[in-house]
Amino acid sequence: MIRVELPAHLRTLAHVGGEVKLDVAGQVTQRSVLDALEARYPMLRGTIRDQVTHQRRPFIRFFACQEDLSHESPDAPLPEAVASGTEPFLIVGAIAGG
Amino acid sequence: MKDKMSGVRVLVGTRKGAFVLTSDAKRQRWDVSGPHFAGWEIYHVKGSPADSNRLYASQSSGWSGQLIQRSNDGGKTWEAMDNKFEYDGVPGTHQWYDGTPHPWEFKRVWHLEPSLTDPDTVYAGVEDAALFRSTDGGKSWQELSGLRGHGSGPHWQPGAGGMCLHTILLDPSDQGRMFIAISAAGAFRSDDAGKTWRPINQGLHSQYIPDPAAEVGHCVHRIAMHQSRPGTLFMQKHWDVMRTDDAGESWHEISGNLPTDFGFVIDVHAHDPETIYVVPIKSDSEHYPPEGKLRVYRSRTGGNEWEALTKGLPQRDCYVNVLRDAMAVDSLDSCGVYFGTTGGQVYASADAGDKWAPIVRDLPAVLSVEVQTL
Repeated sequence: MIRVELPAHLRTLAHVGGEVKLDVAGQVTQRSVLDALEARYPMLRGTIRDQVTHQRRPFIRFFACQEDLSHESPDAPLPEAVASGTEPFLIVGAIAGG
Repeated sequence: MKDKMSGVRVLVGTRKGAFVLTSDAKRQRWDVSGPHFAGWEIYHVKGSPADSNRLYASQSSGWSGQLIQRSNDGGKTWEAMDNKFEYDGVPGTHQWYDGTPHPWEFKRVWHLEPSLTDPDTVYAGVEDAALFRSTDGGKSWQELSGLRGHGSGPHWQPGAGGMCLHTILLDPSDQGRMFIAISAAGAFRSDDAGKTWRPINQGLHSQYIPDPAAEVGHCVHRIAMHQSRPGTLFMQKHWDVMRTDDAGESWHEISGNLPTDFGFVIDVHAHDPETIYVVPIKSDSEHYPPEGKLRVYRSRTGGNEWEALTKGLPQRDCYVNVLRDAMAVDSLDSCGVYFGTTGGQVYASADAGDKWAPIVRDLPAVLSVEVQTL
């Protein structure tokens, strides 16, 4: 079970109150987590990564275990603490004012 | 003329959410609901002429991009629809601000125009400029690529707001005919339901492009049409207020005695196709009303002769802007006129512009205003 934390505006969009818990089949990577997230919450498609290229949107960051994973390969394994559900995978909106 | 209608619903898009303002036909007391989609930029909200409960909204943010929302109950509840706007084929390049080629990149939806007859058909004008259509209520979108691909695309360039397709007009007398406008490319017309397009900019004169009378490159800010006379169009260009009476084959200037002919909005009275409205803005660098006086100008002669409408509008120290999609009219017996400002006010007149009052004063900056007569 993977724990995912969304930024507030995406929690509202997905109608979820807190952390999202996902079952991810196979290796736990950014791609497999986001695939599972978008399958459960289709309204999030395109809001975290581009629908066509699957590139992370420029003002979205991925953090876990006090590390910035934004620039890791989407197919690189996420830390064991994320894969085991001990630590959440954080999807964060960049500090961009607004 | 809808003299037995029950009221109006004003759909307001702002920098930080959407608001729905409702009133009975007197248009004196208003209920305000919102913000809907709090914190998101709402470029446009518009209702279907074929089903007043069907609304479409363009929702976007710098963080999470574009969403399309749909309501089937007049804005009480909303559902996120498909947001995949994929250009048809290889997108190619347009001009950047410095004249160099720049690749076409989807940024946002500026304008949603529901079909006049089918609630599930809706057109989307997007930045970088292109026209999309959905025929399944927003569940999927297809580009009408004959517009972007007709040949002049490499000469289009962005205006200050980006290279946006912001105006979509559907001809009620001819299902095949539609008009669109792009900043800064100009106006275009299709006579085959969007399959093929041609520029209709003859008569426009723009000093900011190398050939002021070029076929494309003009920064058209807004075009308006009266449903009873679809061959007559009124245009607020970057500078100049223009008119055509032959569906865009030729345009002539009708700025007349306006204090400045720069501006963004233009609209037509619901019952008189020769009565039109603009809000003059001082200049392209000074985006506020001349002399700090917020004045709507009305022409009852289809242009050239304009009168200032000031009752109820601030006549000192006012430095707001009125953006291109932020004026609308209702079709009650006494035509209502509405506009929103970058200062967050939405003003309404229930008597065709003679007197004005704010419905709300302190919203986020207003991006768009639409009205449904219920």
